[in-house]
Amino acid sequence: MTAAATTEKKPDEQPADRETFFGVFLRNLWSANSVTVTALSIVLAVIIGGLLIIVSDADVLAKFAYFTARPSDALTASGDLVGSAYSDLLKGAFGDPEAFSAWFNGTGTWQEAFAPISETLTYAAPLVFTGLSVALAFRGGLFNIGAQGQAVIGCITAGVAGFAFGLPPVIALLVALLFGALGGALWGFFPGYLKARTGAHEVITTIMLNYTATLLLSWLVLQSGVQDPNRTDAISKTVHEAAKLPSFGGVLRVHLGIVFAVAATAGVAWLLNRSAFGFEVRAVGANPHAAKTAGIGVARTYAMLMAVAGALAGLGGATQVLGTAYALTPSVAGNIGFDGLLVALLGRNKPWGTLFAALLFGALRAGGNRMQSYTGISLELVTVLQALIVIFIAAPALVKAIFRLRAARAAGLSVTPAKG
Amino acid sequence: MANDHIDITVEPGEVHALLGENGAGKSTLMNQLYGLLQPDEGQIVVDDEPKVFRSPRDAIAAGIGMVHQHFMLVPVFTVAENIALGAEEVRGGPLGWLDRRRARRDVLETSKKFGLPVDPDALVEDLPVGAQQRVEIVKALTRDVDLLILDEPTAVLTPQETEELLAVMRSLTEMGKSIVFITHKLKEVKAIADRITVVRRGAIVGTASPDTSEEELAALMVGRAVSLEVDKAPAEPGRDVLKISGLVADDDRGVRAVDGVDLVVRAGEVLGIAGVQGNGQTELVEAVMGLREVRAGTIELDGESLGAMNTKQILRAGVGYIPEDRSHDGVVKEFSVAENLVLDMYDREPFGNAFRLNTAKVASSAKERIAQFDIRCQTPETPVGTLSGGNQQKVVVAREMSRPLRLFIASQPTRGVDVGSIEFIHGQIIHERDQGTAVLVVSSELDEVVGLADRVAVMYRGRVLAIVSPDTPREELGLLMAGITGGRNEEKK
Repeated sequence: MTAAATTEKKPDEQPADRETFFGVFLRNLWSANSVTVTALSIVLAVIIGGLLIIVSDADVLAKFAYFTARPSDALTASGDLVGSAYSDLLKGAFGDPEAFSAWFNGTGTWQEAFAPISETLTYAAPLVFTGLSVALAFRGGLFNIGAQGQAVIGCITAGVAGFAFGLPPVIALLVALLFGALGGALWGFFPGYLKARTGAHEVITTIMLNYTATLLLSWLVLQSGVQDPNRTDAISKTVHEAAKLPSFGGVLRVHLGIVFAVAATAGVAWLLNRSAFGFEVRAVGANPHAAKTAGIGVARTYAMLMAVAGALAGLGGATQVLGTAYALTPSVAGNIGFDGLLVALLGRNKPWGTLFAALLFGALRAGGNRMQSYTGISLELVTVLQALIVIFIAAPALVKAIFRLRAARAAGLSVTPAKG
Repeated sequence: MANDHIDITVEPGEVHALLGENGAGKSTLMNQLYGLLQPDEGQIVVDDEPKVFRSPRDAIAAGIGMVHQHFMLVPVFTVAENIALGAEEVRGGPLGWLDRRRARRDVLETSKKFGLPVDPDALVEDLPVGAQQRVEIVKALTRDVDLLILDEPTAVLTPQETEELLAVMRSLTEMGKSIVFITHKLKEVKAIADRITVVRRGAIVGTASPDTSEEELAALMVGRAVSLEVDKAPAEPGRDVLKISGLVADDDRGVRAVDGVDLVVRAGEVLGIAGVQGNGQTELVEAVMGLREVRAGTIELDGESLGAMNTKQILRAGVGYIPEDRSHDGVVKEFSVAENLVLDMYDREPFGNAFRLNTAKVASSAKERIAQFDIRCQTPETPVGTLSGGNQQKVVVAREMSRPLRLFIASQPTRGVDVGSIEFIHGQIIHERDQGTAVLVVSSELDEVVGLADRVAVMYRGRVLAIVSPDTPREELGLLMAGITGGRNEEKK
């Protein structure tokens, strides 16, 4: 048998027609980079969400029964329904133009105009913290499922510190936040320490600690000294005014927590990229063996990292109690820890990405409320949208196939020499 | 561009060696021939018939098989299952059950026909590397291929296994099969090849016959004259720097790996440890570096015990360390070249302190060291994982040699590294010795140990059998490595 291989490639062509900046920009935009995939995942989720809206509405479906006779009826009804649903979602998340014009011509107030944005930021603030917690741990190679439990403990310690101590303003708030961070840090340090010492997998231990934290909270709010003496149901005393995160009041629920959240994002970004600890975290996350060989204490890094991640989640819980709830109930932490997982995933475990992802989730939640009351579409649709976005992000190949994205390499984003 | 207008022809029954440095484009070329990559231009002609391979399936159908550098086997499957994988015989329709008996019979037949003993019922994960490779070859042969591509087949083999492989290659060609043998090892090429094509930077730079000298082949490969001998002056040993006495350590499975080793490494000399891989060399070095628990015995650096120190303290005490498994322990592939260069010094001035990094300083120092150690990378920010093996190793060498050292430990310093980089790394090791550093070199390549060392310690089953001069005849060293002392040398340590 004779086999001959001839591969021919032209030598590097001289750039006779140099590409314009815009051309390069467009080409890179349409290559499979993570920003494009994320944006397209959201688009896909919105499209599927629209289909679900149509399918779940009996009136519109009835029009599809005579689709072949008069297709315009069904299509118009579908379009109207989806359009109004999504426009309510947007209005509820970012603001209603009518409210703004009412403010300008004196029939409304500026508070009403800004209320939607305020709601978005209010929902987003705790998610930023829990998202950062998950993202930071993930960069160190740890999957912090325990953000929920750490947030719950943060709620407890911040809430108790908020109503138990009679401290002057500013100090009371700082002490309560500090307690929230410490509580979460402790709840994160346990699994980190166990992992470092015994190799116990953090996913298992943090899931168990989530239950522990939630049950502890349910028990605690009924204890005397914690439970509100004027109430018989499961609710704690209200935190002192001095310990509350300052807000505008009235319809504007947004509070100082969102400012702290942005500061925390900047802090985590600095920690990861510019600090010695962040270097250790990234090295241990990418290759623990090489890190160990270079003298980095891998076990120590795991324990420290989980404590810092726990502190962030604890601050998320503290923000929830001191900024919006003001009192402990068994469900005060809601789902902020688990949503933090999704936020970190959507933000690609990057600090600023996580911030934007949390804002998006906050906007969906705020807009969902208006969509439910105006268009009558269940709030659960928002959860479906969030889940769809995450599914598409988790399956980038699907998005790339649907939109026929080019591989990033072909677009010249990175050059990987062949192994020879 | 990995391949630039390459033409090669393989005749029936010949071993055609494709010789080139890491990153020269050898694997890329062969991946095109095997249908894993599509050429942008040009064509593949099999038996005078132009072919287009969309996938390995097409290539196999045309009679081309490939054994990859990293084996494509399922560790928990048996040999027969692995060989059947992808071409399973099924009884009772498309959803029927696997015909295991037939798979087993096919394996035995092929293995007998070509003289390649494999046990069809053994689990692949239990087999040594050489046997796994035989499984890969048998797998290709059961597909009835006429042309077999072997991608760096000897990189993972011990010297004995290499000999066996070369014998297998000879018998295959006698049966009329053609073999493309990809490698950068000159000795093997000379031993087996009928024709040699040398590739450099994606282009063919020459063809040679097997009687070309190694120096000429190396020069063709690298593009300049290369010294294959380590060039060094006689050592001037000084004080005892590293003193190991009665060291005992276990391997990962808890089996005794180092069993009472006494060694002394003096300033200004290279002590080489020779031995077949797996005789405790790895564990010995890891114990010295604080990466493995010391069960008994002492390790002293200039009289100071290393036993109580952690790895960071040992590194800071003036010990440089090149780990044997570069991609596992040496570099963080996702990190940039600059970050890898400070992997052990990131929290020390001038690169930073316990709190923050000085990224500007890290970057500027990286530029200096990239120039000094001739690391070929686009920018200091390039991820190390994208560099060739030789350049990754240079990053490790540059990192470990950039601080004042008392002891330098190099474990397999040139494994998977191309000829040009080997010369450079060997030069750096001798340079370090001449600065008065004590150097400990561990290598499974006897040539390397003998070339670098001033004294050679031979390890066998966790013990140092003898310490001999590097001028000791090869046969004697070979016997020592096999554990045969012949009743002398025992007292020389």
